[in-house]
Amino acid sequence: MSDTPNSQFAFVRTEQLPQLAPPSTATGPVAWVRTNLFSNIPYSILTLVALYCIFSILSGFLPWLLNGVWTTSNIRECREVLDGVSGGCFSVLTERWPQLVYGLSYDRNEYWRPRLAFILLFIAAAPVLFVNLPRQMLGFTALYPFVAFYLIWGGTIFAPLMALVAFAVGYKVYSHLVAGSFAAGFFGGVIATAVMLFIGGFIVDVIAPEETFLSAVPSRDMGGFMLNMILGVVCVSLSLPIGIALALGRQSSMPIIKWICVVFIEFIRGVPLITLLFVASVVLSYFFPPGSNFDLILRVIIMITMFSAAYIAEVIRGGLAALPRGQYEAADSLGLDYAQAMRLIILPQALKISIPGIVNVAVGLFKDTTLVSVISMFDLVGMIRGPILSSTDWNGVYWELWAFAILLFFVVCYGISQYSQWLERQLATGHR
Amino acid sequence: MPIGKAHCDPTILSNEAVKYQNGQADGEYHMTSITDPPEGAFRLSMLINDTRYRSYTFQFIALVLLIAIMAFLGINLVRNLTAAGLNISYGFLGEPAGYDVQQTLIEYDSQSSHLRAAWVGIINTLLVAFLACVTATILGVIAGVLRLSPNWLVSKLMSVYVEAFRNVPVLIWILVINTIVILLPAPRAYRGETPDAEMLFGIIAYTNRGIYIPAPTWGAGSGVVVLVFLASIASIFFFRRYARKQLFDHGRVVPVLLPALAMFFIPVLLAYFVMGRPIGVDLPELKGFNFQGGTQIGRPLIALWLALSVYTGAFIAENVRAGIQAVSKGQTEAAASLGLRPNRVMNLVVLPQALRVIIPPLISQFLNITKNSSLAIAVGYADVTATLGGITLNQTGRAIECILLLMLFYLTISLLISAVMNVYNNAVSLKER
Repeated sequence: MSDTPNSQFAFVRTEQLPQLAPPSTATGPVAWVRTNLFSNIPYSILTLVALYCIFSILSGFLPWLLNGVWTTSNIRECREVLDGVSGGCFSVLTERWPQLVYGLSYDRNEYWRPRLAFILLFIAAAPVLFVNLPRQMLGFTALYPFVAFYLIWGGTIFAPLMALVAFAVGYKVYSHLVAGSFAAGFFGGVIATAVMLFIGGFIVDVIAPEETFLSAVPSRDMGGFMLNMILGVVCVSLSLPIGIALALGRQSSMPIIKWICVVFIEFIRGVPLITLLFVASVVLSYFFPPGSNFDLILRVIIMITMFSAAYIAEVIRGGLAALPRGQYEAADSLGLDYAQAMRLIILPQALKISIPGIVNVAVGLFKDTTLVSVISMFDLVGMIRGPILSSTDWNGVYWELWAFAILLFFVVCYGISQYSQWLERQLATGHR
Repeated sequence: MPIGKAHCDPTILSNEAVKYQNGQADGEYHMTSITDPPEGAFRLSMLINDTRYRSYTFQFIALVLLIAIMAFLGINLVRNLTAAGLNISYGFLGEPAGYDVQQTLIEYDSQSSHLRAAWVGIINTLLVAFLACVTATILGVIAGVLRLSPNWLVSKLMSVYVEAFRNVPVLIWILVINTIVILLPAPRAYRGETPDAEMLFGIIAYTNRGIYIPAPTWGAGSGVVVLVFLASIASIFFFRRYARKQLFDHGRVVPVLLPALAMFFIPVLLAYFVMGRPIGVDLPELKGFNFQGGTQIGRPLIALWLALSVYTGAFIAENVRAGIQAVSKGQTEAAASLGLRPNRVMNLVVLPQALRVIIPPLISQFLNITKNSSLAIAVGYADVTATLGGITLNQTGRAIECILLLMLFYLTISLLISAVMNVYNNAVSLKER
């Protein structure tokens, strides 16, 4: 091996050289800028245009934000403080904060109640949103509607207690009968709850004391962002079960039930929400028994719930249709009846597929709660357009108020959509 | 084991069959008769327990419930109406409306009927919906394509646009843009030797009352020019088809661009000058305290139009992005390996497949625009919700009739759009065997 052909060469390197560093234009920030911002002439132009846009937006926005005044009591004082410098009068937010959040006429001394209800909302929603939390927390979630109602509306504690008893009785009847068949349990539970609610109404009327621990707040005093939150949370949670029922009804093989659901869904989806809100404000009371007095917020909740239930039904129908036929056939071949097949096989998968759609509907619904300002309810937008912008103290402070509203809605809606993307990744069991 | 013998072997029969066999003394049995129901033994409990009757029971209950609810609501309605001394009648539509409408496309004054006012509203709704559909599509396509651009800054900027507009209520955007228009200079700012505001390019005036743009004036003989224009558009269309046919049938490439351009410009210009220049331009001019001449696009229309465009544009951008991403990379590579040039790859391979994904959600966005245009009432644009469902309702007190008509209108529009969508979906759906 000594006289290898190598011997005819003067020099042969026996060890490997260390790698040279790549040229400075191929690594580091310079390369990143070159590939991502200035890769060719059209992109360079686009980058410059984008930079100019960002610069012009920020040059107007930043001084306005940073020079902002937070502590004056009206617009004239604010303009004096600013003294010609460009800056925002954010003091409108600090001064009108209670109105923006709680509306015009909610009692100042009772603000702790909606605040507490708001904090408890997170505790109640947590076990629903995050599956790995202890399941015992769901007990509080079940209690939450009654607690929140009592906190926000106040009045006699017997009303929510009676409702709680009615639902407990309904649940007992359901769990007793469900062993026989799901339909019997379901309808038995519903009927028992309705009967108990009816009886409870009389009992509460009799035993309700004059003086109550928490003073009663009439619905018309609800306002501000609180009203948006109430409408959003209540309507989304109510419309989910109704939407599932409508979707199943639309898939049903029974023609009458199918057509009832189809007509309902297509009618609701075909008209704008605002016409339904008009119905709530001027027409719906014609359809209630004479003398009955449903307040506006309840009528609006009914209409918005119907509205979002129709949309959720369509989303879930998409989920049901996306399931392969084999799943339905497998459930049948296991000998499951309709209710069991739906509860154990079909719906868990269909709902998982529909999560992004349901969240989209929920976000859309939450945004649409601002429409109630058109039928003169004072939600966040209604408060800004009405009492605050027309007051002499703050007449002309547009941008601060709108920026606040935009920020508030953006934070909530963006948060929800980020949560749904996280949940989708959590639930993804498919093979990738 | 021969199949024929199976029937004689009792060990492989199911239990029921064995019982059946034992019960029947003659031993003559059929497998099929086992599942047959016992004859003539209908019991009431079978309405719930027997799957053949259960669906009828449920449907009957549903129907009875539906009728009961309808009757309950109907009786309440009749009682409430008689108590209030009202009735259901559409006679009010013929009465004079008695209110003015700012922006109308058809002839209307305060003496016109409520029906006429409703028509004005319907046409205004369709106008703003059409304008917003066009601009939202343009915006959405640009933003959706740019969001996929390899340029980091631009794609991030577009994500900010999409997220910001998707996550904030459209009502707030309408009111914000309305505020922007309110804060534009008043017409009087254009007056004097050194005006505070100047017209854009000297022909477009933007004021807090709206934007004034030049309007065409139609003189005698302008009809001929328009006809020639339409005819040249049609002939360009037919010429393209001819060129395509030549390419496919005979493999001859017929140049299209230059002849098409010539066909577009030359006949119209010829007709224009032959007819003695019948079409002129009416420029907006400041007269007194306001602008005269030209076309005024009112403040509410601008607010509604722009807000609906940017809001829906953000949604369309997401649809476009999803559609382009749905076309797999293999398609592009396959097309390239066939030797197609990049623009052909885009036109012949990627776009047709992406459009199949993009168009259905796009059409439902158009439907959303039409429905969201009902928010016009928040800025005072006279759409159908504001005329029929707003002023007419308040003046006549005919709430039920007005809202019924309003819903009927929107329902018709949305059913029409769904029908169009179904036709399209059927046309482009993959033909599977």
